[in-house]
Amino acid sequence: MESLIGLLVAAPLLGAAVLLVGGRRLDRFGHWLATGLAALSFTFAAVLFFDMLGREGADRALSQHLYSWVPVADFQADIAFQLDQLSMTFVLLITSVGTLIHLYSIGYMEHDVRRRRFFAYLNLFLAAMLVLVLADNYLLLYVGWEGVGLASFLLIGFWQHKPSAATAAKKAFVVNRVGDIGLAIAIFLMFSTFGTFAFGPVLGSAEQASEGTLTAIGLMLLLAACGKSAQVPLQSWLGDAMEGPTPVSALIHAATMVTAGVYLVVRSGAIFDGAPDAQTVVVIVGAVTLLFGAIVGCAKDDIKKALAGSTMSQIGYMMLATGLGPIGYVFAIMHLVTHGFFKAGLFLGAGSVMHGMNDEVDMRRYGGLRKYMPVTFVTFGLGYLAIIGFPYLSGFFSKDEIIYAAFAKGGTEGWILGGVTLLGAALTAFYMTRIMLLTFFGEKRWQRDAEGNEPHPHESPKSMTIPMIVLAVGSVGAGFFFNLNHNFVDWLSPVVPTADGDSPISHGMVSVAATVLMLVGVGAAWLQYGRRPVPEVAPTGRWITRAARRDLLQDDFNHAAFVTPGNYLTRGLVYVDHKLVDGVVNGTAAMFGGLSGRLRKTQNGFARSYAASMFGGAAILIAVTLLMRAV
Amino acid sequence: MNSWTHAQGVLETPQFEWVALSPTLIVVGAAVLGVLIEAFAPRRYRYGSQVVLAVLALAVAFAAVVGLAANGHAGAEAQIAGMGALAVDGPTLFLQGVLLLIGFVSVFLFAERRLEPAEHGRAVDSFAAQAAATPGGTAEKLAVRSGYTTTEIFPLMLFALGGMLLFPAANDLLILFIALEVLSLPLYLLCALARRRRLLSQEAAVKYFLLGAFASAFLLFGIALLYGYAGTLSYAGIADVISGAPSSQVDPGLAATMGNDAYLLIGGALVIMGLLFKVGAVPFHMWTPDVYQGAPTPVTGFMAAATKVAAFGALLRLLYVTLPGMRWDWEPVLWGVAIASMLAGAVIAITQTDVKRLLAYSSIAHAGFILAGVVAVSPEGVSSVLFYLAAYSFVTLGAFAVITLVRDGDGEATHLSKWAGLGRRSPLLAGVFALFLLAFAGIPLTSGFAGKFAVFRAAADSGAMPLVIVGVIASAIAAFFYVRVIVLMFFSEPQPGGPSVVVPSLMTTSMLGVSVVATVVLGVAPQYFLDLAGQAGVFVR
Repeated sequence: MESLIGLLVAAPLLGAAVLLVGGRRLDRFGHWLATGLAALSFTFAAVLFFDMLGREGADRALSQHLYSWVPVADFQADIAFQLDQLSMTFVLLITSVGTLIHLYSIGYMEHDVRRRRFFAYLNLFLAAMLVLVLADNYLLLYVGWEGVGLASFLLIGFWQHKPSAATAAKKAFVVNRVGDIGLAIAIFLMFSTFGTFAFGPVLGSAEQASEGTLTAIGLMLLLAACGKSAQVPLQSWLGDAMEGPTPVSALIHAATMVTAGVYLVVRSGAIFDGAPDAQTVVVIVGAVTLLFGAIVGCAKDDIKKALAGSTMSQIGYMMLATGLGPIGYVFAIMHLVTHGFFKAGLFLGAGSVMHGMNDEVDMRRYGGLRKYMPVTFVTFGLGYLAIIGFPYLSGFFSKDEIIYAAFAKGGTEGWILGGVTLLGAALTAFYMTRIMLLTFFGEKRWQRDAEGNEPHPHESPKSMTIPMIVLAVGSVGAGFFFNLNHNFVDWLSPVVPTADGDSPISHGMVSVAATVLMLVGVGAAWLQYGRRPVPEVAPTGRWITRAARRDLLQDDFNHAAFVTPGNYLTRGLVYVDHKLVDGVVNGTAAMFGGLSGRLRKTQNGFARSYAASMFGGAAILIAVTLLMRAV
Repeated sequence: MNSWTHAQGVLETPQFEWVALSPTLIVVGAAVLGVLIEAFAPRRYRYGSQVVLAVLALAVAFAAVVGLAANGHAGAEAQIAGMGALAVDGPTLFLQGVLLLIGFVSVFLFAERRLEPAEHGRAVDSFAAQAAATPGGTAEKLAVRSGYTTTEIFPLMLFALGGMLLFPAANDLLILFIALEVLSLPLYLLCALARRRRLLSQEAAVKYFLLGAFASAFLLFGIALLYGYAGTLSYAGIADVISGAPSSQVDPGLAATMGNDAYLLIGGALVIMGLLFKVGAVPFHMWTPDVYQGAPTPVTGFMAAATKVAAFGALLRLLYVTLPGMRWDWEPVLWGVAIASMLAGAVIAITQTDVKRLLAYSSIAHAGFILAGVVAVSPEGVSSVLFYLAAYSFVTLGAFAVITLVRDGDGEATHLSKWAGLGRRSPLLAGVFALFLLAFAGIPLTSGFAGKFAVFRAAADSGAMPLVIVGVIASAIAAFFYVRVIVLMFFSEPQPGGPSVVVPSLMTTSMLGVSVVATVVLGVAPQYFLDLAGQAGVFVR
């Protein structure tokens, strides 16, 4: 059974290799090959899952040691996988959503000449993401971490002919580098502290390390998580990443990769448990991002960017929950999974709308689409109800648990965090209702596209609607199923520490408060966008709206704080390089060139001068030999 | 004690270890057979039979070397053979093996007949139609029209190789001198045999001959002085006298000179000088560029690789067996020579415009690098030099083989300006040449890096840090002109009417393949071969 773990990764990896190496001759069926391999990977995952269910809680983890990667004295890096309940959860999410999105992409990318390459990258992403969650040590995790970063870069910039896409890919890559350096430093610190970077020994002996060290490692891990999961202050790339094809936004930038940061923090729980200061920072980051993303999401007119803000905000919820420690870990993962379903579904719905509207993304040019795209409308609607926490749908369960855990933090902090999460719930309801109303209700505000084509909205093909329907079912039912008999908590509790929080307000109270605030948010959105006609050009708005449209000035801040000084630094270095370094180098080169020119004159072609040189050489040889003896 | 030089009145029946000396005997025997073929076989059969004979002889001789090594002759069974004249031990067998491999692939280079356009319907090689004909004269035209070819090159090469096989095995100064002459004389002739640019070729041969004779005279004079000092020509015997052991037989005629250190120092210096001439170290290097340029390119490749291997082998044995007692006298001198060779070779190469001359100066710099390993005076030094020689010779052969393929109407296009943009037109060949250049420059994952690393480490371990520092600086300078050629090939626009790359026969192709494989394998996984050289690093006395 262990060997299946390797095959799980190997299937999509093989697909990526075959599609990239195979070339044009695979164009006709390459997408089916990639989808088939993704499905195969999902099949393996399902087999492993049922096999795992057949064993007792403590014996469920499997491990597979493939080979020693870098065996150098104390430095032992292995290619080894570990499949426990936490990894299993991710593997199922990644392979199931991944397979659905492969299927969806067949229709979505039908007319793209580089479709084979797109599927190769998707497969590459799956393989890397699986390595990330299956690794049994931080170094291999780092390999997967960089692998998904690469796949993300390639896919954001997939339409490289658009300068905006190329720039967005570069931006995502650069911002992620900052986080990746955090992960690298964390691994260095682990190795110098524990002498290893395997999960077992590091997390097992975390208690013995000093709190200062653990805090340092924790903060570095958090930096990494911020980069990958688009948390403040490394959030700026996610909005631009929507330049990628929509299936990519759904799979990578909503359902799976961006949640890797949450996985990292939960996996490293033992480290954070020993570093309360680092935990506090995690909570702050989560809370700030939660509001930041929600506010941005309220102001965007681009449907994908609005959803991106929402993603950021929802991951903020998860991050906040992980920062709460054992009372939050399980619910962070639970929200992650439910979010994976409904957010992927929402993005696929957005993609379906764009597909029908000549790739228009501005919601102010939609309107009234529910009649024209009924399947999209219904599936999107179910995802919408799930995310705003409509009672007894997925988001309701997972989000309420996080809100409850936030109150359970206790003391003033508990009240503040509880307040923030409740406020977030209201904002979520507002921006999601806004999207819903602008897109599917109201007047038609359609416009001709750049080539003057009138949009003819139509329902998308089966290959696109089926994944949307499946995901909608998941969005509706997953939370209820997870919450049934504490299914999800019991499933994860052998590997993820859990604790019952002691909240000043009861579960019921939280649910009521959250539902009321959700209704307030829906109502406010309806007042603004449902009751009145929507202007086709966005009104100027107040300062907060204007700032939110510019992503709360994140780029202006980054520009002023990093780009401008960085440019000056670069210019300074270039100047030094040109004048000083090149000067020395060129000077040296000129010196040797001149020397060479002079020395070569000794080679005059006359045998007599050559003989003279030999004679002189022999004389010197003898003289030096004799002299050395005399000295 | 050497029985040849002490046969006083009575000539003893020589004892001869046929098996231990078989590699050399096979090669020389095949050379004699080759002469007989030239004398008696009809002209049209000569080429085929010579090639087959040479290939067979070299293969059998190589098998003999392997067999000897497998029987422990490289280690525990190492012996002095030929009545004290020759040593069959690790370094001898390692270098003989390398030399035979060089010879083996060189035969292919010599035998290549696809490069020159056919003369009157007959395929011809890179060698003169009739060596004795005056360049441009009637006799030459006649020879060309008759489709003559100089098949004597094969026995000549085998003779040279026979001398080279003896050279590192020589355990007696007289044998050293004889081996030197046996290897040199055929090479002088081979240098004169170019089909194109015959005047340049003949000039190179004459210069090589004159200067070689001059160097031989120094060497012989040194041998005489050493005999005067020690009363014997045997390496071990001289070493015993240097270390103060009383000589068993004192020739009354030598009473005045024996034990006089001036004879030792001057004689030792002159013998070393004779060998430094052969390896092409500064200031005895000046023949190298002219000869490398003028000689037919296959000969240049063979000579550049094999002569260096043989001469360094002889130098190592001389320094490690005979003269360790005067180590403190010759070490500073060799330091100086090594530094001068590395720097002069690298610096002068910068302004060269001819590929063959460029490689000649590069070989001078490499002689300096190898000397750094020689100076280490340690088992690691010996094994590093052995490894370097093996690695370097294949890179050199490969590089010259590439030069034979880049041709225009006048034969090989050796001027660098004609190589501009070669990478655009023949990416594969230019890539192969770039690989060799990177190996020359000592870039990691090529054999050049592994070799350079080994000699520098040996030198550093024995305290020759300044030498290593100069070596690294010289490597940096050298990297400039190697990479410049790569830039020229890949990043310059091709010239109109530039040279074309000839598609060679399977012989040159397989020879290039072997060189590429050797360069990459010795660079990527050098440890096995370093171990092999390490096991072969002990001289028998």
